[in-house]
Amino acid sequence: MIELAHGGGGRLTHELISHLFKHYFSNVYLDLLCDAAVLPRPKGRLAFTTDSYVIQPIFFAGGDIGKLAVCGTINDLSMVGAKPLYLTAGYILEEGLPYADLERIVCSMAETAKEAGVEIVAGDTKVVERGSADKIFINTTGMGWIPSDRNLSPGEIRPGDKIIVSGSMGDHGMAVLCQREGLEFNTSLVSDCAPLNSLVEAILSRHSGVRVMRDPTRGGLATVLVELAQARGLGFEIEETSVPVHEGVRASCELLGLDVFYVANEGKFIAIVSPADAEAVLRTLQDHPLGREARMIGQVVENHPKKVVLRTVLGVRRVMEMLTAEQLPRIC
Amino acid sequence: MKFIDEFRDPHLARVLVETLRQHTRQHLRLMEFCGGHTHAILRFGIRALLPPDLEMLSGPGCPVCVTSPAGLDHAIALAHIPGMIVATFGDMVRVPGSRESLQNSRAGGADIRVVYSPLDAVALAEKNSSRPVVFLGVGFETTAPGVAASILQARQHGIKNYFVLPLHKLTPPATKAILDGGEVKLSGILGPGHVTTIIGTDAWTFLSEQYGVPIAVAGFEPLDILRGISMLVDQVNDGHARVENAYSRSVLPQGNRTALAIMNEVFETCDAEWRGLGVLPGSGLRIREKYAALDASKTFPVSLTPSHEPPGCRCGEVLRGILSPVDCSLFRHTCNPENPVGPCMVSAEGACMAYYQFGEKRLED
Amino acid sequence: MCLAVPVMIRNIEGTQAMVELGGVKRMISLVLTPEAGVGNYVLVHAGYAIGIVDEEEAKETLHLLEEMTNLVDQNEM
Repeated sequence: MIELAHGGGGRLTHELISHLFKHYFSNVYLDLLCDAAVLPRPKGRLAFTTDSYVIQPIFFAGGDIGKLAVCGTINDLSMVGAKPLYLTAGYILEEGLPYADLERIVCSMAETAKEAGVEIVAGDTKVVERGSADKIFINTTGMGWIPSDRNLSPGEIRPGDKIIVSGSMGDHGMAVLCQREGLEFNTSLVSDCAPLNSLVEAILSRHSGVRVMRDPTRGGLATVLVELAQARGLGFEIEETSVPVHEGVRASCELLGLDVFYVANEGKFIAIVSPADAEAVLRTLQDHPLGREARMIGQVVENHPKKVVLRTVLGVRRVMEMLTAEQLPRIC
Repeated sequence: MKFIDEFRDPHLARVLVETLRQHTRQHLRLMEFCGGHTHAILRFGIRALLPPDLEMLSGPGCPVCVTSPAGLDHAIALAHIPGMIVATFGDMVRVPGSRESLQNSRAGGADIRVVYSPLDAVALAEKNSSRPVVFLGVGFETTAPGVAASILQARQHGIKNYFVLPLHKLTPPATKAILDGGEVKLSGILGPGHVTTIIGTDAWTFLSEQYGVPIAVAGFEPLDILRGISMLVDQVNDGHARVENAYSRSVLPQGNRTALAIMNEVFETCDAEWRGLGVLPGSGLRIREKYAALDASKTFPVSLTPSHEPPGCRCGEVLRGILSPVDCSLFRHTCNPENPVGPCMVSAEGACMAYYQFGEKRLED
Repeated sequence: MCLAVPVMIRNIEGTQAMVELGGVKRMISLVLTPEAGVGNYVLVHAGYAIGIVDEEEAKETLHLLEEMTNLVDQNEM
């Protein structure tokens, strides 16, 4: 069990670092155990990002808070076209957290980082009194480098560009919500939590027509689309029936009165692509295990600037707004 | 998904719309009583399909929206009792009371749990036997029987720490009040499909008999809604107001007798205050004396300071169908889901939330 | 009003039923619809079945709408 002393800087802290973190994360930078990781300077522009993870429950179908912390930060780097290189991991642990749980999470982080070819080079651990944190909070920062020929930004978007989504929507959010609320949906609802860097590399290394990418995490697909439309000042047209959604996700959304367009995803992204490259990008995505269900879901237009318009299942158009407050499951 | 997808068939919808367009011969004002109908009409884009002469008004069919400030304040006061667990449907959590919302009270240490069913609240009570659990009984006749059943179950299983704060309301009295108010001249009413699954179409005969107003009870899928509207248009053309059932796969004339019996076993009617409509006689439900031990309003006396509507809030007028959300000067800029002034912008069944979420302007095709 | 969704009863244990929609399963209470049986579709609201879906009526309604389609198509010809 994790005790306050584990964060105290003394013997227990050192044991935790060597037996747990260094053991699982081991790499040439981390193993030196200096106050700071000394890294070779990457070529090209640096990308740098941070995120904190406080998800409950900490273990869920398809992942855990550790895997999420690694994937989320890797994916943020990937979205700007950066090749992720290094991560740091900062932990705030609640006194009483079972050691086995921490180990499971750390092991998961190590596996995910390894799968993604990223190294965890620095970290920190603090332990707070029981009740001062909800089991475990993790912060990861990530660094990557951007090849000089990549310039992804909303400013690149042009009318006529195609909007592509890399796979099914709503998997993560519904899996976690159903589990957290003890809904006991015994189903195949599984988080899609995954590192996207290899999928992103597959398209960016082959196709020059990718204008910008975003991953629809909190706030879902609708929020990200509206953000992009507003940033660029153009209109988007989305075809509701083209958006891939797994049956179980659709069903659980119906049961809870939630709109899948606002549900979080942790292993998917949207790419806005030139018309010339769109079909080829789609095929490249579909050839990769994480992109099999990629679909073209819409296009960029000059009409209704800054607005995202959805053509509903009835074939009628209406505006789609971004999520403004957390979706509370409807009952009445 | 069976009984869902077939009723979203775009081809059949277009046909219904075509028929509607042909049959709408005058300006009609229809009220969709239910927040759920407002939500569906906007979400699926049905509004854009309707002929311009067909005006749809949203009504008071949002149980969270019509809960009075006093009712909300009472719930919040209970939440402040040390050791209390308040279990509630999600919608209630962000609605502003006179001074704060349930969500705000969480920051002050209150233990608020969002549940999907009163049975979850009963389970919470079982799990936390040393603490009182109060379930906020909000909802119309669709919900009240389930809440009644949860009270019976708690009694049956000897669960002594489960309580309900009864805030349930009945829909026919509200419909009467809208018509009696005479503020808006209605050509017809799109009736609440799930409420009527419980109360039965017979409960609506007073509309044609006493008021001469057509009603078509409809479900919530696009084809259900279009069919219900179609029936109303035809009734107006006929000049013969009656109760029609556009949701025959779920709704019967007598409703669900078992559910009604359970509801009546635990609850009795009383006067109730509706936001926007004032006190309506016989429009609420209170827990019968027999079950007083599970009645949170009796077991936990709270002292309440006077309640008031949020300043400037016009939810009452929206709920009466005389103000469209987009015409409220607070809409969007001052009052929005992140900073709601009143409940219509918070509840997923609220008209203002629906207009905000799905775009208040009709798009030109 | 109130969100109620049609689901199929997969099995029954006392007053509770395991229901299913699109592969998603859930336990709900049948105390308001004690006459419902395995294979029936029920409308679920807040953890309770509030009514049984009449499949014949559903078919009939869709059939009616399809007939309207034929009429409209005929008128257009």
